Amino acid sequence: MSEPTRDKLLDVQHLQVYFPIKKGLMKRVVGHVHAVEDVSFSVHPREVFALVGESGCGKSTTGTAILRLIEPTGGKVFFEGRELNSLSEEEMRLKRRDMQFIFQNPYSSLNPRMNVWKLLSEPLRVHFNLSEAELRERVEEMLRLIGMTPDQLERYPHQFSGGQKQRISIARALITHPSFVVADEPVSALDVSIQAQILNLMMELQQEMELAMIFISHDLNVVRHISSSVGVMYLGSIMELGETEEVYRHPAHPYTQALLSAVPSHDPLHKSKHIVLEGDVPNPASPPSGCPFHTRCSRCTAECREQKPALTETAPGHFTACHHAGAPKA
Amino acid sequence: MKDLLEIRNLKITTLRGKETVRLLDYVDLNIPKKCSFGIVGESGCGKSITANAVLGLLPYPLRVSEGSIRYDSRDGEKELLRLNKKEMQAVRGGEISMIFQEPMTSLDPIFTVEKQMAEAVSFHHPNAGRGEIRERSLEMLKKVNIPRPEQTLASYPHQLSGGQLQRIMIAIALINNPRLLLADEPTTALDVTIQAQILKLMNDLKEQNDTSIVMITHDLGVIAETCEEVAVFYAGQIVEQANVVELFSHTAHPYTQGLLRAVTSLGGATRKLYTIPGIVPPGGQWLSGCRFADRCSRCTERCRQEMPALKEVSPRHLCRCFQNSGEVDA
Repeated sequence: MSEPTRDKLLDVQHLQVYFPIKKGLMKRVVGHVHAVEDVSFSVHPREVFALVGESGCGKSTTGTAILRLIEPTGGKVFFEGRELNSLSEEEMRLKRRDMQFIFQNPYSSLNPRMNVWKLLSEPLRVHFNLSEAELRERVEEMLRLIGMTPDQLERYPHQFSGGQKQRISIARALITHPSFVVADEPVSALDVSIQAQILNLMMELQQEMELAMIFISHDLNVVRHISSSVGVMYLGSIMELGETEEVYRHPAHPYTQALLSAVPSHDPLHKSKHIVLEGDVPNPASPPSGCPFHTRCSRCTAECREQKPALTETAPGHFTACHHAGAPKA
Repeated sequence: MKDLLEIRNLKITTLRGKETVRLLDYVDLNIPKKCSFGIVGESGCGKSITANAVLGLLPYPLRVSEGSIRYDSRDGEKELLRLNKKEMQAVRGGEISMIFQEPMTSLDPIFTVEKQMAEAVSFHHPNAGRGEIRERSLEMLKKVNIPRPEQTLASYPHQLSGGQLQRIMIAIALINNPRLLLADEPTTALDVTIQAQILKLMNDLKEQNDTSIVMITHDLGVIAETCEEVAVFYAGQIVEQANVVELFSHTAHPYTQGLLRAVTSLGGATRKLYTIPGIVPPGGQWLSGCRFADRCSRCTERCRQEMPALKEVSPRHLCRCFQNSGEVDA
């Protein structure tokens, strides 16, 4: 997948996002929530890269920090070779034409007082100088792509079902023809039978518009289906990184192994054999020393408690951050 | 009575303006003793209101307009729909308990865990002393694998994680040894590794206490892992009901087949996901014939005219379809 000859569209280097915890009348900073801790990965043109992990692992924060919807604390993000954090607000605003965001909940991300026409033409008005006729043409073209008809332009979000609303959100993100989009849990708020429709649509559009995408999700089945590479996150760090099929077939990190085994199987005769993790995810305001996973890991040793393992190549193109990486011992 | 709970001809309606809208249409269900029974369906299919109706928890303007719910209680058979407020309170939490989807919002934020557990005990055992109640609470917390139970008793809900809160909800639900536990999407708000813990816990407790569990979920994986008997709801009706192995291996109804294909095609060989066309019809806006007709690939003229009955397609396997040949189309 990742031939060295192909240029990287997006390159994230040592991204770090801390949120200050403020206390008292003077709003004194008493600590930091370590939401994202040293995350590095890259996305190639037309590639779907997934970030997967449980709630609070920092996957959404990573996505929003890349687009500078929140300012990263440290690290660098390169998009088409340009460092994004050095851009001024105006330059960043122009860049956002090429980098868009699809939000999780279509019920709250669409303005209820704007009809479909306004919702879809707004991004074009912001980024391009088009005549009314050109606007109309672009909007109608986009509507066709998402499987809706021009007679629905006058309707408001509440007149649509959840699946249709998510189609509109997707259209709104893609109407400026970006080359890169971050989709944050785009199907989690939808019913099972609707999820499949939206995933098909996203894959079609991704092909047709030659999009690169960061797909953020907690649903391991969805991630396996849609992405070509994946990063598994835990407590703000990437634990395992590689081609999706490789990571799913040969997970080397004990956390990935537990996560994959916890997915319920759809065959009552072959129930999956769970590796049940003890306890909860530690508080990101006071992360454990050493490996972030050591408090719940069955392979934990003294080394894990003291030293944070670096992401190292355990198989070609497959990176794992674990001192004891490998298949679980029987 | 042979079974623990017998629901007959249950019909639930609501008011939309001055119009009466049907939400549940003549549902029959038998919950056997010591059984884990799954109810699966998408949002708005009537699965949650069925459980709420059992405990008399339907919010106005929803009401049971027809039917009967008979329950084989410790002191004889009872018709739950005819109980007065006081009699119902004795059943609720004592004989039949319920756990809800969001543990974060179902506990009262201004009381400690101890207070909320004690309330459940003293309501049904007014003579229990403080020491006795505390002992019982501690024992229950240990049963649901809460680490440091003493400390947890003194905590407020916001100090605990989602997984811990759901354990506490289960502990409160089971503290009076109910014979039936209604679990409405108990793991939907939780992460997969925590879901695996909670499902295992519920299975263990069922074995220990001979409690019947009704598991309401939209996740076929959860059903396959935990249930013995399954009913599939669609648009206010049961469309299929069978033993879990039978249901997954000889799926008869096109809707169930579609749901299964939609989830199992994830991660499968083909890129394109199988989808059920159309949307879930909102409550009351149902077709006069088969309610699945306009989303069904095998729909005929008869399906549009006439409502199919829930009929046995093989021993103890019920299906509501005219074309129930039994096997999935090749």
